[in-house]
Amino acid sequence: MSAPQVGSMPDISYNFAYLDEQTKRMIRRAILKAIAIPGYQVPFAAREMPMPYGWGTGGVQVTAAVLGPDDVLKVIDQGADDTTNAVAIRGFFEKTAKVATTTSTTEASIIQTRHRIPETRLRDDQILVYQVPIPEPLRFLEPRETETRQLHALSEYGLMHVKLYEDIARHGHIATTYAYPVEVAGRYVMDPSPIPKFDNPKMDDCPALQLFGAGREKRIYAIPPHTTVRSLDFEDHPFRVQRFARPCALCGATGVYLDEVLLDDRGGRMFVCSDTDYCTTRQEEGHRGEMSPPARDAQEDAA
Amino acid sequence: MPAALALGFRDPVFDAQASFRAAMWALARPGTPCPLDVALAPPAPLAPEAAALVLALCDYETPLWLDAPLSAVPEVAAFLRFHAGAPLVGEPGEARFALIADPRAMPGFEAFAQGTPEFPDASATLIVQIEGFTDEHFTDGGFMLEGPGIEGSVRFGAAPLPADFVARMAANRALFPRGVDLLLAGAGHVAGLPRSVTVGEG
Repeated sequence: MSAPQVGSMPDISYNFAYLDEQTKRMIRRAILKAIAIPGYQVPFAAREMPMPYGWGTGGVQVTAAVLGPDDVLKVIDQGADDTTNAVAIRGFFEKTAKVATTTSTTEASIIQTRHRIPETRLRDDQILVYQVPIPEPLRFLEPRETETRQLHALSEYGLMHVKLYEDIARHGHIATTYAYPVEVAGRYVMDPSPIPKFDNPKMDDCPALQLFGAGREKRIYAIPPHTTVRSLDFEDHPFRVQRFARPCALCGATGVYLDEVLLDDRGGRMFVCSDTDYCTTRQEEGHRGEMSPPARDAQEDAA
Repeated sequence: MPAALALGFRDPVFDAQASFRAAMWALARPGTPCPLDVALAPPAPLAPEAAALVLALCDYETPLWLDAPLSAVPEVAAFLRFHAGAPLVGEPGEARFALIADPRAMPGFEAFAQGTPEFPDASATLIVQIEGFTDEHFTDGGFMLEGPGIEGSVRFGAAPLPADFVARMAANRALFPRGVDLLLAGAGHVAGLPRSVTVGEG
């Protein structure tokens, strides 16, 4: 260790991945119980993190407890690798764990995500860590924790079906479009975090391990690989995902989740892939959309 | 003069992380043994694989219960107290983790904490020392496993295990979401049998 230089900041070093070892053990024990009881929310003693609640403190703690020196970490926020939350968390682990990071879904061994599941199908050696704001799917129907805990214990999920039915009575269809409740392994009803319901089918029989961390609410839950995850619905109103009228304007992909981007103040807009890695990879492969810039050959011909 | 205490993890941070990751994947893929390669030389009859799991997962928050062969050797308790700091308890029902060196004589699962309907996670994790896993290509004997974490079904065998193992696991599964979780450790591997798994005769 070198002596601190006069007038300079002292060297600050962190334990690997910021958290102390006792905290990691506590979180790791919660993760093991979460995996053994799929969809059940395990209480854990979430710590204060050097970022505000709502910025992924739960996901960060789960990632920090799981992370090893050989891992390759990808962080996405609404599908994008280059948004504030994703950049900040990626930087956090580059600094505190010195692990390799990537924006590629296929190269990553751990993917921490806010509100999306990557479009590329995950592998059985990957771990998907979700940032969760409100882990309790029944919370807006029953505010008391003592009551929701009993409802889960009794698998009494009638309330949730009433909520979905009221959607139908009011709107003619189930109007819930994100954080759409799922039943895990035929037992617990679970909040999949605010992912669009478009992503719900990807959770079912997913080869990757899915871990969920809620920092402010102090809960961890999990879906083991190849577990049945069913979106709640009715026989006469089956679960359906969003459909988009047009393909991605930049890569021409269909069957993916698109973001609306406003182009001007006169109603101009475009729809592009929310998953930036998927879109970029497709563009590199030569796929093109209706608003792609002209291909280089065409530009040269015109010149 | 008493013998020197056996060493703990050479690298406490990364050895604990590697041992946890093995246990995590073991429980996430029931019946598929994960490599658990940690250089430990704990006092017999404590096996290195089981010792690695205890050092990775236990501390002052987790009461630990030892079965008769382990509690008969004072060096084992000294090793665990020093390196893990876990309080050792005499009643299996008080333990968060149980360490079992002789699976054939292990107490019934009902002796351990099984959680409550509201808090099923408040249950014991049993770390069971085994001599080895049956090769994955064997065709008869062993068990067929189904459940979360398993694509279809998987054949699994480990020895030694109690004679009434299938009946025990069926009773454990019937309690779901309550129940105990098993980590079978030995031969450089760890395999998980969480409460969610269904164990049938092979």
